[in-house]
Amino acid sequence: MATYKLKINGKSYTVDADPKTPLLWAIRDSIGLTGTKYGCGIAQCGACTVHLNGTPVRSCSLPVSTVENKEITTIEGISEDNSHPVQQAWIAEQVPQCGYCQSGQIMAATALLKRNANPTDKDIDIAMQGHICRCGTYPRIRKAIKTASQLMSQKASTK
Amino acid sequence: MEKQKNISRRNFIKLSGMTGAVLTLGYYMPALGKESELMKMETAESLGIELNAWISIDASGKVTIVNHRAEMGQGSFQSVPQIIAEELEVDINQVNIVFGKGNQKLYGSQVTGGSSTVRGSYKKLLRLSASAREMLIESAAKKWGVSSTECFAENGTVIHKSTGKKFGYGELVQDASKLEPPKTVVLKNPKDYKVLRKPLPRQDTPLKTNGKAIFGLDKKLPGMLYAIVERSPRFESKVKSFDDSQALKVPGVKYVLKVNRDVFDNMREGVAVVAETTWAAMQGRKVLKVEWDDTAFPHHSSEQLYNTMREKVKGEMISFKTQGNVTGAFAKAEKKLEAMYETPYESHSCMEPLNCVAHVTADSCEIWGPIQGPDWIQSNLSKHLNMPMEKVSVNMTFLGGGFGRKAFTDYPYEAAMISKEVKAPVQVIWTREDDMTAGPFRPGMVYQCKGSVADGRMTSFETKMAGQNMGTQNPGSDKSVYNDNATEGFLEPYFNTIPHYSFGDVPLESPVPVMWWRSVYSSTNAFAFESFIDELSQQAGKDPLDFRRQHLNNPRYQELINKLEEVSGWKTRGKNSGYGVAITECFSSIVGEVVKVSKKADGKIKIDKVWAVMDCGWYVNPDIIRAQVEGSIIMALGAATKHATNFADGKAVEKNFDTYKMPRINDTPEIEVHVMDNEEKAGGVGEPGLPPFTPALTNAIFDLTGNRIRKLPFNLDTV
Repeated sequence: MATYKLKINGKSYTVDADPKTPLLWAIRDSIGLTGTKYGCGIAQCGACTVHLNGTPVRSCSLPVSTVENKEITTIEGISEDNSHPVQQAWIAEQVPQCGYCQSGQIMAATALLKRNANPTDKDIDIAMQGHICRCGTYPRIRKAIKTASQLMSQKASTK
Repeated sequence: MEKQKNISRRNFIKLSGMTGAVLTLGYYMPALGKESELMKMETAESLGIELNAWISIDASGKVTIVNHRAEMGQGSFQSVPQIIAEELEVDINQVNIVFGKGNQKLYGSQVTGGSSTVRGSYKKLLRLSASAREMLIESAAKKWGVSSTECFAENGTVIHKSTGKKFGYGELVQDASKLEPPKTVVLKNPKDYKVLRKPLPRQDTPLKTNGKAIFGLDKKLPGMLYAIVERSPRFESKVKSFDDSQALKVPGVKYVLKVNRDVFDNMREGVAVVAETTWAAMQGRKVLKVEWDDTAFPHHSSEQLYNTMREKVKGEMISFKTQGNVTGAFAKAEKKLEAMYETPYESHSCMEPLNCVAHVTADSCEIWGPIQGPDWIQSNLSKHLNMPMEKVSVNMTFLGGGFGRKAFTDYPYEAAMISKEVKAPVQVIWTREDDMTAGPFRPGMVYQCKGSVADGRMTSFETKMAGQNMGTQNPGSDKSVYNDNATEGFLEPYFNTIPHYSFGDVPLESPVPVMWWRSVYSSTNAFAFESFIDELSQQAGKDPLDFRRQHLNNPRYQELINKLEEVSGWKTRGKNSGYGVAITECFSSIVGEVVKVSKKADGKIKIDKVWAVMDCGWYVNPDIIRAQVEGSIIMALGAATKHATNFADGKAVEKNFDTYKMPRINDTPEIEVHVMDNEEKAGGVGEPGLPPFTPALTNAIFDLTGNRIRKLPFNLDTV
């Protein structure tokens, strides 16, 4: 066991954990932020996706000992009040069914739109194919990413 | 909205934050088979009886309804308030919905299965809301000293037509609660609906876009421990011995103990590692040593199981439904055909793996989890813990998918037994591997079909189904009974237009546990039925859609076929694409789908588009229906072209998503869903979109390539 200082959504947390503990379980069990989900444990489904210095990573396969002093963002850090354009678009297109995978999907979509404000269908396929949704919300995820892209450009132009 | 509260009837008024006087109406269910009676809470309490499915309106005008069904993605959180808001004449945002607890006495069956949430309760919910509205109108009329016919309700108020005077519902509840509910109420004509039939956004969506929705795995209790269970790698084994010395050395691990899992009343053994964190429990399990005795059980492989089914399906079946003389008609026929179809075992693989929190004390048991069948769990645990029903309380969280798997009682049973032993609240977490390998699975099936045509019509049709019967797994169940699901998915009018038919099953015995998988037997039956009907249409030299049309001589089916033909451009389809159609019936809804395929530049098959027409009769929200059909099609696409569960040496081979390959966004075709408008009885929505997709796809591939696919799954890239 060791002590780690984690910076999550701009806040500092101290966690006592075995160095190999995946970031996922530190976030969920020790810190108590449960929006980040466990789906497969082997980086195949994307449910556990968080941002590490702005890049989407699979927190189920990332030891807590490797992420000290890095900026970690979880779904709770995107916005608590659904004010982020991606969350707005997800609501407008009525994406979630069971909702379990959607935190990870939203983390991937926000990262995609940050580096590519106008993704094509192909870009969306490439960025989102690491994320499994058993309810089959894929057609709506595609639509919502395009809607979010529009919302973001509207926001940018009114600034 | 206060969605996460779990309540009991006694705490209902207090917990739902209602203030002042309250008008509460509900149903009293006298006994099975008897007409249920609508009454006020006060009347029920004076008679000492309990109401179910109640709504309450408080002095602030807030409406509260208990949802006694699970919310697993299918939209019951939206459908139920939408029904209430319509007849009660309130804004949907005024309707507060809370989760009901598992309570068989109160609600009757609460199992969310068979796509039954709306179709099983909508008439009652409409009457309940209309009755409350009438009582509010009557009390307003009395206050004004006018006739209630001079008043109407709108947007949570009662208005006097000629003067425009108004009372908010909140101002009326005290008086209304003193009135008796009307004996009869007139329900609205669907043409006048303002809330129903509208694609209103789901109220649970915002909780699912910011991480706030609480699923089973997110439930935390003070002092809660985490458990991971090492279950037998084969479907049946006994624990011969175990060595926990290393496991107990892992920091955070507190207990290691033997625990049973209740699989259809067959107790299967395992060893639980209980720790302070999930990760510690996982590490403890890694170093736990268990010696298993699995000598008494067959170690089946897929090859053995399918060879047995292929052999059995040629022999005698247990007959379920017959008419005329299939054998005679088939023997005499000139144009005839026989074909065998095979479908795989499948894992449910909900994105939220199985998990459950239990807190068992000396005289009580409380459960929290992603649960489809709370009342089943209540009675199962009452029996096994030897506690009265009212001491066992079962709370439903949001479900991260269900698809039939979370109606099973094994995972709450296990959690309760561990909590009882360690005397603390415990969350049992199934790893993805545990979830994917332990079953129960959708049973694999082999179908033997034979049929004949003459003058462009079917003259005989026989289907024998070989596979495990989901209904005969409990010890002592009668294995000689027919499986009455052998015709599930088959369209009713065919029974009138095919003169000779015969359906039945040849059961297979195996220790592999099997269970409902979204759309149940229809998910596999439909592939055999609708592929074979397509093959018979070829024999008859008929267009596949026209062939179906001439056999389905009932206006409802004719309208659906016309719609499907129109939206898919069936008549004007080009030569460079393949088109396939399939129509099935599942849980009282009829769905027709057309799939269009073409060849990519590299010669591989590409699905260009899917058109679906859903006729679920009376319906609530067209957008939820579209979402459910889209999802059903994608789930079917996975089972048709991506994944299967195979067995080797008595174990499941596919353990995680690296080998159980799921459809992903880049596999998803364009899907267009249409909903038929009619006033037929409400049918299911969550499942019926699934069965027709696979045969429509393989029929389209046949149309394009001449290659008939009779075995699933197949690889689209190598067809």
